[in-house]
Amino acid sequence: MVEVSASPLRLVTELDHGVRMPDASRLPTIDSEAQLRALLTSLSGVDAVGAEARAAKLATRSIKQSSKMAALELAISMVDLTTLEGADTSARVASMCAKALRPDPHDARVPSVAAVCVYPDLVAPARAALGDAAVAVASVATAFPSGRASMGVKLADVREALAAGADEIDMVIDRGAFLAGRLGQVYDEVVAVKDACGPAHLKVILETGELVTYDNVRRASWLAMLGGADFIKTSTGKVPVAATTPVALVMLEAVRDFAESTGLLVGVKVAGGIRSAKDAIRYLVLVNETVGSTWLTPALFRFGASSLLNDLLMQRTKQLRGAYVRPDEFSAD
Amino acid sequence: MQTDVTDQELTASRLGALAYDPAPESASLARLRERYGLFIDGAFTDPESHEQFATINPATEGVLAGVAQASHDDVDRAVASARLAYDTVWSATTGAERAKYLFRIARLIQERARELAVVETLDNGKPIRESRDIDIPLAAAHFFYYAGWADKLEHAGFGAHPAPLGVAGQIIPWNFPLLMAAWKLAPALAAGNTCVLKPAETTPLSALVLAEILQQAELPAGVVNIVTGDGSTGAALVAHPGVDKIAFTGSTEVGRLIQQRVAERGTHLTLELGGKGANIVFDDAPIDEMIEGIIDGIFFNQGHVCCAGSRLLVQENIADEVLRRLVRRVEQLRVGDPLDKNTDVGAINSLAQLEKIRELSDVGEREGATRYTSSCALPEHGYWFAPTVFADVAQSHRIAQEEIFGPVLSVLTFRTPEEAVAKANNTKYGLACGVWSEKGSRTLWVAERLRAGVIWSNTYNRFDPTSPFGGVRESGFGREGGRHGLEGYLDV
Amino acid sequence: MSEHRLEIRKTYKLLINGAFVRSESGRSYEVTTASGRFWANVAQGSRKDLRDAVRAARAAQAPWWGASAYNRGQVLYRLAEMAEARRDELAEHVAAAEDASAPEAAASVARSIDRIVWYAGWTDKVTQVLGGANPVAGPFFNFSLPVPSGVVAVVAPQASSLEGFVDTVLAPLAVGNTVVVVASERRPTPALLLAEMSATSDLPAGVLNVIAGITSELAPTLASHEDIDGLDLQGAGGLTGELATSAAGSIKRVLRPVDEVYDASTTRRLRAFVETATVWHTIGQ
Repeated sequence: MVEVSASPLRLVTELDHGVRMPDASRLPTIDSEAQLRALLTSLSGVDAVGAEARAAKLATRSIKQSSKMAALELAISMVDLTTLEGADTSARVASMCAKALRPDPHDARVPSVAAVCVYPDLVAPARAALGDAAVAVASVATAFPSGRASMGVKLADVREALAAGADEIDMVIDRGAFLAGRLGQVYDEVVAVKDACGPAHLKVILETGELVTYDNVRRASWLAMLGGADFIKTSTGKVPVAATTPVALVMLEAVRDFAESTGLLVGVKVAGGIRSAKDAIRYLVLVNETVGSTWLTPALFRFGASSLLNDLLMQRTKQLRGAYVRPDEFSAD
Repeated sequence: MQTDVTDQELTASRLGALAYDPAPESASLARLRERYGLFIDGAFTDPESHEQFATINPATEGVLAGVAQASHDDVDRAVASARLAYDTVWSATTGAERAKYLFRIARLIQERARELAVVETLDNGKPIRESRDIDIPLAAAHFFYYAGWADKLEHAGFGAHPAPLGVAGQIIPWNFPLLMAAWKLAPALAAGNTCVLKPAETTPLSALVLAEILQQAELPAGVVNIVTGDGSTGAALVAHPGVDKIAFTGSTEVGRLIQQRVAERGTHLTLELGGKGANIVFDDAPIDEMIEGIIDGIFFNQGHVCCAGSRLLVQENIADEVLRRLVRRVEQLRVGDPLDKNTDVGAINSLAQLEKIRELSDVGEREGATRYTSSCALPEHGYWFAPTVFADVAQSHRIAQEEIFGPVLSVLTFRTPEEAVAKANNTKYGLACGVWSEKGSRTLWVAERLRAGVIWSNTYNRFDPTSPFGGVRESGFGREGGRHGLEGYLDV
Repeated sequence: MSEHRLEIRKTYKLLINGAFVRSESGRSYEVTTASGRFWANVAQGSRKDLRDAVRAARAAQAPWWGASAYNRGQVLYRLAEMAEARRDELAEHVAAAEDASAPEAAASVARSIDRIVWYAGWTDKVTQVLGGANPVAGPFFNFSLPVPSGVVAVVAPQASSLEGFVDTVLAPLAVGNTVVVVASERRPTPALLLAEMSATSDLPAGVLNVIAGITSELAPTLASHEDIDGLDLQGAGGLTGELATSAAGSIKRVLRPVDEVYDASTTRRLRAFVETATVWHTIGQ
């Protein structure tokens, strides 16, 4: 049997010129909508052609052998295994949790995923199925996916999820308010949800497919981070346009600049439409070359996905066996 | 709670920590012969019948192949062959038929793309990613584009019956060997001329593979002849009275000599010479794409580009921030084996060029500029220069005025748009410039005032067969690409 | 061993939205050679087929124009490659349709293929020839670009079964339009063969739609259909006047029949179905 690579990612060189953190960390206070607007509009614009060209160029990076194994296992450990269907049941969720704990039925060395992601009323069965395991329970909330409900309803949604045992909350921003220019309202909602989260970890979904422009993505990223987000997330996965590499690039650049400005590290989660290991590795390359090694950990980078996990397992197994494998070897859910 | 950096051990997040193991393209794809003859009258001459010189791989200093040194007599024969082909075959070939030959050549380049990319990288030293994604596809596209003009020259805006010039002598440089061959041959053939092409001394191989492609396309004998050799071969071609047109791409020094040489005879001439391109960055530039654009402008092709953005003119109020991000980005550049698909910056083409780059970089330091050089490790064998940025450069410094033709960027500042334009134009050259700003009106205002043949806005080093390329002042005259690119090969 | 091998006869179908379909009406009609001998059964298109074709052409137009000119040129050049590979078959059909001798038919096919190549080479040059910057009196950058009209309907020439079809169809395609063409009523098979070749030329579904059938039944629908931007009446014959009048209802660009010369070096058919868009941009610090 072929040895699994146990070596961690190796550093290529000692670089003095990375992402520069200031000595102390501080979340800036926002006193008014005018101040927020001034801050967000003063951010540099994004040239779409240039951003897409950069993402495309990085997609040509070629990773082979020992690095690829490490990358695949890292990607597996970064997955938020997700089910967000109207037809979800406790049994479905329990089955998914078993897979989350032990993704590969044939190889116990494969790491668990980072988290499972479910609707608030399925948090309890998820928690029960996972027991004390290190896999987190993330719940969508705030009238996911549309975000079209009153603040009261959205906060109640969050509190119920937390009461049921959620460790992480994936909220949606109000895209209607954002596009209509009510930036203060969007900000206040993030702050309120963060406050309700307490020690739970908050991911803020921007729904980049509805924001459309990269300039909007940059501004919404900053807005979410200023509001206290622990993670910014691309998509709900429920609209046609979800995560793309240029969008992730812009979000990673925002995260980098925010870290240099405030000393605070915010994570990035890409979700929606990421189906292949090849795609996942492209995102890792983006992280590698935009924000660097600190972010190459589940604490700061996640994949929101369902079918991706099996492709990661298949590619990992192919690396070990040296042949293409049969999809049926891995559980469908 | 957002992760507080003081809880982390790290003080800086290292970029590039994910290791990319070498992903080399195989050199064996090149299928090189041991020795090459010249390509005259539709056939390769016997290598034995010529003095030979070696062409080497600048990344390893290893010999790639033996190449023929064309003598005065060889050049004579090549011109005679081109003349005969012009008089008896090519001028009687309709535009529609010429078009179809060019389409065939374009297709064959596409089909042999991978082989050509490897040959180009081995001979030139440029990263395989560039030869594969830029050089070879553009070469094919150039033939496709001009194929489409061959049968519709009356619509090109030069009159109802534009006639070709006759025999064109074409001398090309080593920085984009196959692409430069395409830029020369495609419009000349489309317009109805025949050609004698002289590839650069250090990069003859892709042109010789192109010769094989011309044979496969069944291009009539003598329509294109390829004579390899050193400077004396080029001189013989320039001096030959049987040539109706000379097209030269190379240094301004040699361009000047050529122009002097043909002045008496009045041979048609186009020149594409050196440059000291200014990349002008305003404070409202899209910052991340601008950093990439500066990098592309000077480190693409190791800086061996006539239109390189080798001077960064950055608005003073953002200069420090831009420099900081630039240096960080430079450190991420992967310098190494050009055949590795992950390599960003390849080898310097020759020892002579490397020495020139070193010399001018030393000058830069002595002149008082602040030098940042990447800490990347360089391979033991081969010709390498670590990407370098000089800050605090003054307009009067030699490194602000002279073309270095290597991965060295000189950074100067400006305060107003007028000052930026004045500094950009303060050069005897005039090939290309870049302008970075999100304000369209200002970009256009600057573009109107820049003395340059090509102006890139929020991008750099973009080429397309439809887009005319060429310089003003001592960067030369004449245009290649587009409808305008036909003019140099027509008697109009 | 049997000396006489029974041939499998082909039914010629319509090309709509990238698929080869029978008419929704279920009808077919007999096409004969010029001398009256049975040649083939061809699906007989209906008004509803046209309606479907127009819908497909509309959906395909933005992506076709959105592709690079280089890409459009590559696709059309590939069509020439396909036609070249099947030139004997095309010649056989042209000979039968036009009562031409074998050498005449072969020459006609050769000219048609060269004409496809001619148009393939236009895709990335039209803008340079028809467009340009305008030196307005003021601090403005002003430039004009030719953009395609959109969906162009073509009544293909009745007599010239391949050359005429190529000239009237390739021109609007080259400048970025999508096309719905009614082939020659009595001589449709060369056009339908070319339609087959277009399907293997990387031409996206819906860019070219070829309908066979009775011209007098089909052409009025094209003329009155409000979601068609341009109309080429080259094959309309005596119907031209009434069709042009009907087309006026939605202000279509109408190209009336011109001389039946299909290899002239003219940009007429390219210009007929482009619109000039002019952009102004201030120049100032």
